[in-house]
Amino acid sequence: MISQYEVIETNEMVEKENLDVRTITIGISLLDCIDSDLEKTKSKIHDKILRITEKQVETADYIEKEYGIPIVNKRISVTPIALIGGASCKTEEDFASIAKTLDDVAKEVGVNFIGGYSALVSKAQTPADELLIRSIPQALATTERVCSSINLGSTRCGINMDGVRLMGETIKATAEATKEDDSLGCAKLVVFCNAPDDNPFMAGAFHGVTEGDAVINVGVSGPGVVRTALQKVRGESFEVLCETIKKTAFKVTRVGQLVAKEASRMLDIPFGIVDLSLAPTPAIGDSVADILCEIGLEHPGAPGTTAALALLNDQVKKGGVMASSYVGGLSGAFIPVSEDQGMIDAVTAGALTIEKLEAMTSVCSVGLDMIAIPGDTSASSISGIIADEMAIGMINGKTTAVRVIPVIGKGVGETVEFGGLLGYAPIMPVSAFGCDAFISRKGRIPAPIHSFKN
Amino acid sequence: MKHKTIITVVGKDTVGIIAKVCTYLAEHDINILDISQTIVAGDYFNMMMVVDRANAKGSYGEMADDLDAIGKEIGVVIRCQREEIFDSMHRI
Repeated sequence: MISQYEVIETNEMVEKENLDVRTITIGISLLDCIDSDLEKTKSKIHDKILRITEKQVETADYIEKEYGIPIVNKRISVTPIALIGGASCKTEEDFASIAKTLDDVAKEVGVNFIGGYSALVSKAQTPADELLIRSIPQALATTERVCSSINLGSTRCGINMDGVRLMGETIKATAEATKEDDSLGCAKLVVFCNAPDDNPFMAGAFHGVTEGDAVINVGVSGPGVVRTALQKVRGESFEVLCETIKKTAFKVTRVGQLVAKEASRMLDIPFGIVDLSLAPTPAIGDSVADILCEIGLEHPGAPGTTAALALLNDQVKKGGVMASSYVGGLSGAFIPVSEDQGMIDAVTAGALTIEKLEAMTSVCSVGLDMIAIPGDTSASSISGIIADEMAIGMINGKTTAVRVIPVIGKGVGETVEFGGLLGYAPIMPVSAFGCDAFISRKGRIPAPIHSFKN
Repeated sequence: MKHKTIITVVGKDTVGIIAKVCTYLAEHDINILDISQTIVAGDYFNMMMVVDRANAKGSYGEMADDLDAIGKEIGVVIRCQREEIFDSMHRI
C-alpha cells in the first residue's frame, strides 16, 4: 500500500520541482514513402505521418490527466529526409518543399516540433545529402516546426571534414536567412558526432534506419527534483551525494517508463526507449546549473565544474538505467545555455566561457548547445568549433553536438531572445584567432585506432 | 476501469471537506477503499483516499474536473491520479 508520505513526495515533485515528462516522440519510418515523383513522395509522407500520429496529442493529454503528470511536448521524428527525397529531389527547392510538407503535417496533428530534416554523412556525402544540406537555410526560414540535424562523424568512421566545412557555411547562411527573427533558424539546426537513432529530444531527433516502422520514445526530465533532493544532503560525503542523485534519477525515470508503456499500449505503437535526461527549461528552478551549484560550485564554469558534471551525468545514468526496460537516446545531463537560467547567469557573471563549455561536453550527455555567438563569426571559425566537438565525440566514443547561433547584427554584450522553451542568451565571445587553413583542407579525419575492435 | 485511483486533498482546514468529497463519490458510485487524513502545522489539511472506479458513473476526466471544481469552491486543492504513478515511482 502506498503511504501518504509517498503520495505527497510525488505530488511535490510535480507541483514545486517541475517534474514532467518532457516529450513523447513518435518515430516514423518514411522509407516506404520514397517515390521518383516529388508530389507523390510528399503526399505519401503526409498521409503516413497523419495516419500514425493522429491520436498522439489526444492520448498524451489523456495520460496527463489520469496520472497527474504534465507531458510538456508531443513531437515526431522521421527517417532522415536526405534518404527519402534523394530519388525525387533535383534542386534545393525540391528538398525545401518536403520540409514544408513536414511543417504542415506537424501543424495538422498539433505537435510542436518535427525532427528528421537530416542527413547522415559521417564519412562522406551523396549528391542528395549535399543538396539537402544546402537547402537547410531555405527550409528552416520557410517553416516553423521543422528541426534539422546532420551527423558529421562517428567513432567508427572518423570525421567528415568536407561536411564540417559545409556545415559552418550552412549555419552562417541559416543565420542570415532568419536574421529578422534573431537567427532563430540556427536554434533548430544541430550537428552531431555519434548521433543516436532513437533520440526523442529536439533539435536532433530523427528516426534511424535501423528502427522499425513506428516507435514511441519518451524523454523525462527533472533537474528541479534532483536539486531539491540534494539540498537535503548539503555538506555530506560524495557517497551520500551520489546515492541521492541515483535514487532521484530512478524515481524520475520510472515515471517516464510508465508513461511510455501506457502511450505505447493506447496508440498500439511499440515502445522504444526512455531517454533519462536532465533537460532544463528557462523556468526558475528547472536548471542543471543549479544542481552544479548545489553540489558546491559558485557558478558553472568555476574550477571543479567538469568533475561535478561528470559525477552528475554518471549517477543519473546509473539510477535511471534500472528504472526502465530500455534506455537510449542521449541520456544524461544537458547543458544548453539559453534554456537554463543558471547557465545564463553564469555567462553574465563571466564565469562560463565557450572553452569551459567545451571541456564540460566531454563528460555531459551532448555538447555545445544553444550558444549565441557574434553574428560576424566566420564560417571557418564555426567549422573549427564543430571539428573540436566532433573530435571529443569520436575519441571518447560518445555523442557530441553543436548548436550555435551566430546572431546576425549582434555582438558580445548583447542578448538575444528566442522565446518559449528556447529561452534567451547573452552573446558569448569566440576566439578571434583563425583556423582557415585547417578547415579548407579536403577530405576526412580517419577513424581513431580504438575503432578497430573486430 | 479496474485501476485504483488516489484522490488527494490539501489546503486550509475547514468544515465539511470530507463530507463534500464523499458525497460526490457516493453520487457517482465510486467506492472508497481507504481514507487517511492528517492536519499538518496547525490547520493544514492533508487527506489521501484510495477509491475504486469499477462501477463508476461518468468518465475519469469528468471526475477529475468535477473534483477540481469542488476543491476550488471550498478552497482546497483536490487531485486524482491513477495509483500506478505512485507504485512505479516508489516500488521496485
